[in-house]
Amino acid sequence: MHKKLTSITDKLSPAFLIILILVVWQAVVSLGIVPNFMLPSPVQVVQAFISDFPSLMENASTSLQETFWGMLIAILLAFGSAFLMDRFRLVKKSLYPILIITQTVPTVAIAPLLVLWLGYDMTPKIVLVIISCYFPIAVGLLNGFCSADPDVINLMLTMGSSKWQIFCHVKMPSALNNFFSGLRISVSYSVIGAVVAEWLGGNSGLGVYMTRVRKSYAYDRMFAVILLVSVISLLLMKLVDVIQYLCMPWERNPSDAETAKVP
Amino acid sequence: MDTKLTAEGISKSYDENPVLENVNIKLHDQEIVSLLGISGAGKTTLFNIISGLMQPDRGHVFLEGKEITGQAGHIAYMLQKDLLLPYRSIVDNTALPLILHGVPKKEARQQASLHFAEFGLEGTQKKWPSQLSGGMRQRAALLRTYLSSEGVALLDEPFSALDTITKDTMHSWYLDVMQKIKLSSLFITHDIDEAILLSDRIYILAGKPGTIIAELPVTAPRPRTREFMLSEDFLNYKRKIIHLLKIE
Repeated sequence: MHKKLTSITDKLSPAFLIILILVVWQAVVSLGIVPNFMLPSPVQVVQAFISDFPSLMENASTSLQETFWGMLIAILLAFGSAFLMDRFRLVKKSLYPILIITQTVPTVAIAPLLVLWLGYDMTPKIVLVIISCYFPIAVGLLNGFCSADPDVINLMLTMGSSKWQIFCHVKMPSALNNFFSGLRISVSYSVIGAVVAEWLGGNSGLGVYMTRVRKSYAYDRMFAVILLVSVISLLLMKLVDVIQYLCMPWERNPSDAETAKVP
Repeated sequence: MDTKLTAEGISKSYDENPVLENVNIKLHDQEIVSLLGISGAGKTTLFNIISGLMQPDRGHVFLEGKEITGQAGHIAYMLQKDLLLPYRSIVDNTALPLILHGVPKKEARQQASLHFAEFGLEGTQKKWPSQLSGGMRQRAALLRTYLSSEGVALLDEPFSALDTITKDTMHSWYLDVMQKIKLSSLFITHDIDEAILLSDRIYILAGKPGTIIAELPVTAPRPRTREFMLSEDFLNYKRKIIHLLKIE
């Protein structure tokens, strides 16, 4: 009973804090402490969100397409390169440091170059999503492949399995946890990556929308689109959790081990 | 009796440090032979060599007269850790060696399931390894070993991680299963009681570098029960082994 109460408190406390912040925010604007043309109130943001909903959705659809293709290609590239790095020591030795260096390059800085090289359509956006998402997935997978128990690999060898079979039956499934951790991080970067690339030019997308409303000083709509980007990121992260749950049924309830305790 | 497995003149050193010196072992058809030795006598190295995971410096390993030195994939082996794959159900774990040899998944599952009753694993087919107790997991591991073997299995202290009572249960279970299936097994242990209870013969590995210092047939009739462990006969074997190992 006590435990249940604690868990309810745990769940409610962040919600309570968010409500408190919103109330204070609304009060600060309504009472004129901060001028309204600089900061819209939460109610105004919601109104802007509703009135501009069709336009927001249309732009979101463009951004989500870029995110989807970018993520897909990033995952495929990460699989390919992590597989090669795990299989061939030389590939790992030569490729890994380069990967780390590419991570230190700020994406905001290369985005204009990508637009310059690849034009105003979806391509530079997809490329930027790939660049920001590839690394966490590749590193997660590589660590996962390397973490496979050497005793299990020996056992597989005594069963006469090939390297490919060891990869499929041992390394790949042992890397799933790490893969999903990497994917969760990547997914939160991916929408932001697409939006940042859209700032620099394009015909539609949440980033394009953002630049447009900023230029017209429509801060209520600015906040509305920020809200939308956050919500999309959160939903995508949740989606990763759901996919992980579906892909890893053995992790679901380890606690019912008690049901079969026969020596 | 037919000889299943022969290890001849096995020697191995790690960086000038000799671990095994001229070890000779024979395992006949459907025999249970123990390799008894104190820690550090090179038991595990010897097993890795016999299973083909490691090359000996000198010596040869033969399975039914065919040389298999340094070739993994012929001799099944089982460790103290059950090494069941957490992401496969028990039936898929036990069927794994069949699947690796190209048996279609459905058929492999059926073949593995045929042995579940024999191994005391009824009703666990669809469970995850994490849902089973240590003893049950070792049963599943032995079934997997059996299905991956060409008639010979190496067992490296398979029951030593279990608590005493479970271990006793597992000994009776093991003797029972071995009566039903055709498997010749070489059993590493440091437990003298376990070696006498289970074996047809005991090799004693001792010294530095390790070598076989004695071979002791255990002729007590089967099936052996707990009672046997309290008999004069049993104590005589134990006395002999303690003497050979020079335990003070």
